Amino acid sequence: MTATAAPPPPAPLLEVEGITKAYPGVLANSDIAFAIRPGAVHALLGENGAGKSTLVKIVYGLVRPDAGRMRLLGAPYAPASPAAARAAGVAMVFQHFSLFEALTVAENVALGMERPPPLRRLAGRIRAVSAAYGLPLDPDRPVADLSAGERQRVEIVRCLLQEPRLLIMDEPTSVLTPQEVEILFGTLRRIAADGTAILYISHKLEEIILLCESATILRGGRVVAGCDPRRRSARELAELMVGRIVQPPARAAAPAGAPVLEVAGLSLPAAWPHGRALHDVRLAVRGGEILGIGGVAGNGQDELLAALSGERPGPAAAVRLDGRPIGALAPAARRMAGLATAPEERLGHAAAPDMTLTENTLLTAAGRERLVRHGLVGWRRAQGFAARIIAAFDVRTPGTEVAARALSGGNLQKFVIGREILQRPRALVVNQPTWGVDAAAAAAIRQALADLAGAGAAVVVISQDLDELMELAHRFAALNEGRLTPARPVEGLTVREIGLMLGGAHGMQAARPAAEGVPA
Amino acid sequence: MTLLAGIDPVAVAAALIVAATPILLAAIGELVTEKAGVLNLGVEGMMILGAVVGFAAAVATGSVLLGLAAAAAAGAALAGLFAVLVLGLLANQVATGLALTLFGLGLSALIGQGYIGVRPPPAGRLAVPGLSDLPVLGRLVFSHDVLVYTGVALVAGVWAFLRFSRAGLILRAVGESHDAAHALGFPVRRVRALAILFGGACAGLGGAHLSLVRVPQWTEGMTAGAGWIALALVVFASWRPWRVMLGAWLFGGIAVLQLNLQAAGVKIPVEYLAMSPYLVTILVLVIITADRPRAALHAPAALGRPFHAAG
Repeated sequence: MTATAAPPPPAPLLEVEGITKAYPGVLANSDIAFAIRPGAVHALLGENGAGKSTLVKIVYGLVRPDAGRMRLLGAPYAPASPAAARAAGVAMVFQHFSLFEALTVAENVALGMERPPPLRRLAGRIRAVSAAYGLPLDPDRPVADLSAGERQRVEIVRCLLQEPRLLIMDEPTSVLTPQEVEILFGTLRRIAADGTAILYISHKLEEIILLCESATILRGGRVVAGCDPRRRSARELAELMVGRIVQPPARAAAPAGAPVLEVAGLSLPAAWPHGRALHDVRLAVRGGEILGIGGVAGNGQDELLAALSGERPGPAAAVRLDGRPIGALAPAARRMAGLATAPEERLGHAAAPDMTLTENTLLTAAGRERLVRHGLVGWRRAQGFAARIIAAFDVRTPGTEVAARALSGGNLQKFVIGREILQRPRALVVNQPTWGVDAAAAAAIRQALADLAGAGAAVVVISQDLDELMELAHRFAALNEGRLTPARPVEGLTVREIGLMLGGAHGMQAARPAAEGVPA
Repeated sequence: MTLLAGIDPVAVAAALIVAATPILLAAIGELVTEKAGVLNLGVEGMMILGAVVGFAAAVATGSVLLGLAAAAAAGAALAGLFAVLVLGLLANQVATGLALTLFGLGLSALIGQGYIGVRPPPAGRLAVPGLSDLPVLGRLVFSHDVLVYTGVALVAGVWAFLRFSRAGLILRAVGESHDAAHALGFPVRRVRALAILFGGACAGLGGAHLSLVRVPQWTEGMTAGAGWIALALVVFASWRPWRVMLGAWLFGGIAVLQLNLQAAGVKIPVEYLAMSPYLVTILVLVIITADRPRAALHAPAALGRPFHAAG
């Protein structure tokens, strides 16, 4: 706007002005304004709860704003439904739950189109579009059989078949390997070069700096800045987004000594139709050490956690704690022995949604914290323990007698992790400890894990967030189709090496040359 | 072979198709309801309400067809009540379904008080000139009432609808993941309401077949668990229409066979014979579906989960 010699900027594709949306007790969006040029990749950046989701739901016609106006190609735009948004040329790739597992690729694509052609003709078009953009797909396979990267391709192809003018991408890289991310970016650049604008929602700063030419940063439902992310550093963007400086956790020196938690020759068949079998998993973690386990979702993370927690017991010698075989013990006995676990699914697995925080402490801490004596619950002790967790981990809640469901994701995760850490376990295994948690809570959780290791416990962090593992772990291993790679020290690992450990890009070979043809 | 002496296989086969029809109708309706992600345990209640309302309407008008239409409407009306409670007020599906069955049983007893011992107008058979007189085939295939053919046609129709039509695809999608379907902009509640109404109408027809064709008279509680068998069939048939028909015919066949055995004076306690259709049907369907992880893929993933559009 300060340049005087530049040609007049092209008319914006989408203009958003004064958008406001309030939910009971929360102002999700307050007076939001931004504009996107045709063919631009525009980032919407913000922490969880900053209002990104509400805003894109408004643009996509899923939510009606309380106030504000939008213009698409200069004409007033107020979609009453996603169908209206699609008809106007707005398509969206969702972060979660928009594919139907039991249906085939072609059926899924057909469901997202207004007037789909017969399935056989559609299959041909899917093949054509996926080849044009370097996204190989078999239209007849059920989605349940696809990897996360392939599922995302289904969503992208579904959108592209409608020739949209604006493509909304909601946190598209959260489940991809680095190679898959590279291919995705190639595809997105090609889509943008064809004149389709992309609204890219993320909280991964490096990606936004690489991909986007403009950004709108949200915090607490308001626009706090609009900028060109290519001219800013990741740290500047992070501070705009969070509003304060984020400290990486202090990492203790690599420890020495005998292993505390050992897994040897652990094999388990798949427990459910789309589960993964574990094949000869071995790992050893010393006291004071953090082992990071990476891998694309669905490669055995849940199964490994279930095998370690005791939900799926195996041979006694497969899992040892301080040399003692505990592989055949049930979960409660393992906790008593000193092996604590926290699964990925906070609501329904780690915590019972409709029970209070006090009641939820009983679920894992009854034995070690002696909350139950002679078969009777010591409510006062349980409440005290819950209060200690709340105080020590800064859990934002009105009190201990609140249903777990009522807590936000980050606060509940702090509670669940805190519940395990305050039991002072010998070893702790966590799966996706900061998934869907805002940056401040994530930093607190990582610091707590680092502190626990610092106090001498063995810690295993299973995560799909590679940055988190690089920041936290002393050694890194990857799960790939139920097999665990040997662990390697994190110092000196390159992104490419990690990608190879993760199994490279599944089924992406066909797309490689095309992706590399696009200049980065 | 002394056991089966005096039993005419063609007569048994023809009778089994008739005996299977009430369950087949109720089950195919419930299959559609469940494919949309709704578990309606009120099948028994909707069947018996259909039985008594169909009976009363047929007696009053003298027309079996009007009776059948009234039965379908009554089943759909009771299902509509279920839809309001479950979709509108987000009531628990299991509890509401059970209540629906109890309500249907009680209401039907009340309505049916004046009809005990009354004879309904005779149900006509679809006699095809020439074909119906064929030696075996005539009795087996071309000598039944309208509802028998309707049942088979419905199975074929539901199969084709779910497999080939866009509306069927949307219905399956709603039953698979209502959140995803909602995100794509499909009217989850409307789809589910229509599926529930269809299930109710089918159950009502099935009940009317019992009271107007099979028995034919009105007795209290005359469905005798047929609705529950229909529910079980849907699950054990892995939500596949043709398997539902297979299961219904199997059940009907053994029910007819055991009646014939009883009549032939076989020395097996009557109680064992009477329970055999239930046992054998469930056993056979369990064996068919056992040990096949992919069978789980046919189950609607969102079955029984209440849908609440957030935001």
